[in-house]
Amino acid sequence: MKELLWLIPALPLAGALTLILAGDKLSRATAGLVGCGSVGLSAIITLLIGFDFLSSPQPYHQLLWSWMAVEGFHTEFAFHLDALSMVFLFVITFVGTLIHIYSTGFMVDDDGFARFFAYLNLFVCAMLILVLADNLLLMYLGWEGVGLCSYLLIGFWYQEEKNGYAARKAFIVTRVGDTSMAIGLFMLFQAFGTLNIQELMTHASQTWQVGAHAAVVIAFLLLGGAVGKSAQLPLQTWLPDAMAGPSPVSALIHAATMVTAGVYLIARTHVIFELAPDAQMAVGIVGAVTLLLAGCSALTQYDLKRVLAYSTISQIGYMFLALGIGAWSAGIFHFMIHAFFKALLFLGAGAVIMLLHHEHDMFKMGGLRKKLPVIYWTFLIGSASLAAIPFVTAGFYSKDQILWLALAGEKGNPVFYAAALAGAFITSVYTFRMVFVTFFGHEHTHVGHDAGRSMTVPLIILAILSTIAGFIELPHTFGHVTLFSDFLNPVLPTVALKPELEHLEVLFQAIAAVVALSGVYIAYFFYVKQPELPTVIKKAVPGLHHLWYNGWGFDALYNTLLVRPYVFLSTLNKNDVIDKVYGGMVTFTQYCNGVLVRTQSGMMRWYVMGIVIGAILMLTLGLML
Amino acid sequence: MKTIPIEAGLLLAGILFVLGLISVLIRRNIIFMLISVEIMLNAAGLAFIVAGSRWAQADGQVMFIFILTMAAAEVSVGLALILQIYHQLKTLDGDAANKMNG
Amino acid sequence: MELTFYIASGIAIVATIMVITRYNLIHALLYLVVSFLAVALVFFVLGAPFVAALEVIVYAGAIVVLIIFVIMMLNLKEEAVEEERHWLTRDVFIGPAILSVLLLAELVYIIIQGDTGQIATKAIDAKAVGLSLYGPYVIGVELSGILLMAGIVGAYHLGRQKKKVVHRFLEHAEE
Repeated sequence: MKELLWLIPALPLAGALTLILAGDKLSRATAGLVGCGSVGLSAIITLLIGFDFLSSPQPYHQLLWSWMAVEGFHTEFAFHLDALSMVFLFVITFVGTLIHIYSTGFMVDDDGFARFFAYLNLFVCAMLILVLADNLLLMYLGWEGVGLCSYLLIGFWYQEEKNGYAARKAFIVTRVGDTSMAIGLFMLFQAFGTLNIQELMTHASQTWQVGAHAAVVIAFLLLGGAVGKSAQLPLQTWLPDAMAGPSPVSALIHAATMVTAGVYLIARTHVIFELAPDAQMAVGIVGAVTLLLAGCSALTQYDLKRVLAYSTISQIGYMFLALGIGAWSAGIFHFMIHAFFKALLFLGAGAVIMLLHHEHDMFKMGGLRKKLPVIYWTFLIGSASLAAIPFVTAGFYSKDQILWLALAGEKGNPVFYAAALAGAFITSVYTFRMVFVTFFGHEHTHVGHDAGRSMTVPLIILAILSTIAGFIELPHTFGHVTLFSDFLNPVLPTVALKPELEHLEVLFQAIAAVVALSGVYIAYFFYVKQPELPTVIKKAVPGLHHLWYNGWGFDALYNTLLVRPYVFLSTLNKNDVIDKVYGGMVTFTQYCNGVLVRTQSGMMRWYVMGIVIGAILMLTLGLML
Repeated sequence: MKTIPIEAGLLLAGILFVLGLISVLIRRNIIFMLISVEIMLNAAGLAFIVAGSRWAQADGQVMFIFILTMAAAEVSVGLALILQIYHQLKTLDGDAANKMNG
Repeated sequence: MELTFYIASGIAIVATIMVITRYNLIHALLYLVVSFLAVALVFFVLGAPFVAALEVIVYAGAIVVLIIFVIMMLNLKEEAVEEERHWLTRDVFIGPAILSVLLLAELVYIIIQGDTGQIATKAIDAKAVGLSLYGPYVIGVELSGILLMAGIVGAYHLGRQKKKVVHRFLEHAEE
């Protein structure tokens, strides 16, 4: 069964090619079938391979063909299946299939229906190649592929200029990260002569001491790449603007899969990070700072999708924090749960926006609780999971694990814990602010009808997953189920706990639960009981509000530091000086041609005179020499 | 008996040649150009005869016969072309046939 | 003997100058005949009687006559002379004269430089020429034959004029 591994990325690729070549000739139904069917089949094959893998959990290697074989450099197009890639495969294909099915309903009125599914399929293929790659060069191929598809899909409604700008911004910012990663790959190759991941991990652990200079540099470079793709500090500015794309795109790419590619990269090359403690600490710091900054920004947004975008940045900060303290499987667990509830939230938000005729402003919505019951309940479940409401949601178990390990893990420290706890509180506040403003209160915009079944069924499935998926990894106090970390154990080592804090787990879990619930209450107080209070606060601290609203001024900073000088230099070269040199050569040649053309007068006497002059010259030369 | 110096013969050939050359350059009428070329060819032949006479061999005369042959063929073909030009362009102006310019 | 040579050369040069400066085609051709006859005399003096005869027969007798026939075929009127007067002005001579004088100067220089030999008095008669032609130079003879053949065919083909066939409706437009 594992031989069918290559089909998993190949089927979406085939779907994408079919839709690219023949998309406009197919009917809506056929295009939707091709699009969803290819990813659906991949999901089924993933399931089958998953059962096979569970019974015999050895890593599986499948060589497709030899990509480049030159002197000193040999790369293959080969897939490597182990527990980590299995988790990612499952998430990508399943969430992907659900989002595809949702899109058949969401994009039904759009002209670019087939194009949308083509791009979406292409994205799924690239992401699958990324997680299945057995060497870093192939992973880089998938990395670039998802970047391209992200650009294509953010700017999907290209007729509007701002969508194109947002897509460009996303592409360029992630490019900075990609360059950093590429340099890291070059240095890795220079050090070890191979880019095969398994070989690299063994060579690295043998050759480098902990804290080796090369390891630190390479780890920082890889971190740069991860930061770009996962929208962490300092390259997080593209993700809120990327909400210009359709909501299924935001759900798939900018919540569940592409932005977690950075997490995958760090988890895959965890050996290098373990050999470079400074870099690992930097990962944690980046995660912690980002989650706080993004959380504060999410508090002030009024565009529904931008709240979710900042929330995504914040949650990936949690994953980075987990990776930074060595809690590898906790980070991956949070990734999986986050994929479920964030996709759910984005799809729900998309449904709400679509049904309210593309109204994005939360404060112009309201009172949708009675009108859109299915969407309301699924959105509530997703928000609860995001806010980590205790016991009943999967988010609680994943986030709580990160919180606990931030304090009690081997590399944990109280500062990380405090940041994560504050982040959890802020998360809870902004999440339920979003819920209360959108679904409670007076109805500002009239909604016509409920969403169709193609959109509500995926929402329900994701809601169920957001609830029960957490039960595979329960902490010590609740029965110590460690299915997930056991599954990942061969690939990602488990984290040891500081012994003195072990028995305090219950206490800290209680603190986390209280924090989450109090956040809900605060949101309720400010947005349902006394809705005029937020305006008062906004007027009291306008500077702070403005700063948080603009994402802590990073956009303005980059604009002044980077964009303006570049635009200035470009305007200097407006007439393209270098091109003038080439043009000048052409003009000179044309001038010479003009001169010479006039010697061809067509008159015979002129030519005879030429002969005579030539004869005289020759004779003179003959006489002189 | 005083014999004729070579230079005189060659000088005569040179002068006739240059005269023919001047004529080619200044005339616009195609037929005059053809006549001038004949003058030049004749002068060249004269030079050959002088040389052959100097060495007392028949080779100079043989060469002159070849030149003569060539001149005859050339005149006939040239006159046929002149007839065509006159028929097409309705004039004997050599400058009128300058369509191959530029 | 030399006196004949000098007189004949003088006549040749004067006749050529007259050829150059005439306006009327036929006049120029007649002077050309005189020039050729003078050159034939020079050939005779130089001891080449055979080519002297050839010069008169072929050059003066055939080529010039051919040119005269073509001129008559062209049916040129008085305007041709006028045209020639119009084209051949004094100023036209200047440029070519300068160039040609230059060329002549160089030629004279070269000639003076060369070795001084004397022209032999022995005449080389037709027999010697014939032996030489069909001896070492027989290939030249063959090639000349081919050249003349090509000349004939070419002249015939190039001189042909196809009658332009115009539909009777378009004849009006032609006029």
